[in-house]
Amino acid sequence: MTVRELAQALALEPVCEAEPDREVTGGYTGDLLSWVMGRAQSGDAWVTIMSNNNVIAVATLTDVALVILAEDVHPDPGVAELAERKGINLYRSPEAAFPLCAKVAALL
Amino acid sequence: MAALHFHFDIDGEDFSSAGEASVEMKKKLRQLGFPSDVIRRCSIAMYEGEINMVIHANGGNADVDVYPDKIVIVLEDHGPGIPNVELAMQEGYSTATEQIHNMGFGAGMGLPNMKRYTESLEIETQVGVGTKLTMVVAV
Repeated sequence: MTVRELAQALALEPVCEAEPDREVTGGYTGDLLSWVMGRAQSGDAWVTIMSNNNVIAVATLTDVALVILAEDVHPDPGVAELAERKGINLYRSPEAAFPLCAKVAALL
Repeated sequence: MAALHFHFDIDGEDFSSAGEASVEMKKKLRQLGFPSDVIRRCSIAMYEGEINMVIHANGGNADVDVYPDKIVIVLEDHGPGIPNVELAMQEGYSTATEQIHNMGFGAGMGLPNMKRYTESLEIETQVGVGTKLTMVVAV
């Protein structure tokens, strides 16, 4: 399933659609960035409530397919532009993290 | 065989741009054609070090030497030093502030992650002088 297909299926709101044709191969959720850094895998859909610039650095380094800001979190100022510069797929959703993760898991 | 050398200045003033050096190093390693697992381990180790330098030491320097069979990452700062290395190596131990926690850091995973994802981690530190970390990732 591609990022675009996943985003459509979950009605995600795009913040930055840098590479929507990228394949999603798994999922990860977490907000402690060191934890995510060590465990998220390339190709994952990463669900988080963290909204600062460092999310984009972690997404770049772990090579996740997309980041989903759950729980109606909005990206901090400048994060959308940074995602654009780094080529990171960034979306947001009003849904709580748990049901969102369950839906991601069911779709993959 | 001579190593390829990369130097990075880590800006301690701007927490929001922390990770830039790690991203840059990752890009270079990818261009050099290293396996993704090696790149991943180097990225994690370097990122944790970079974050630590920004949180605790007001920045520092990173020097990366790339050999065909290993990558050596040296991180050096002139921060406060680590008073108790054994304690700092324990998962979950952190001296980071509430503000740092709110940004998603300070989980006490930095040094343990560096150790976990590298073949060796050497810590030279002196309170009030600074800290030098030498990490080796085998290819």
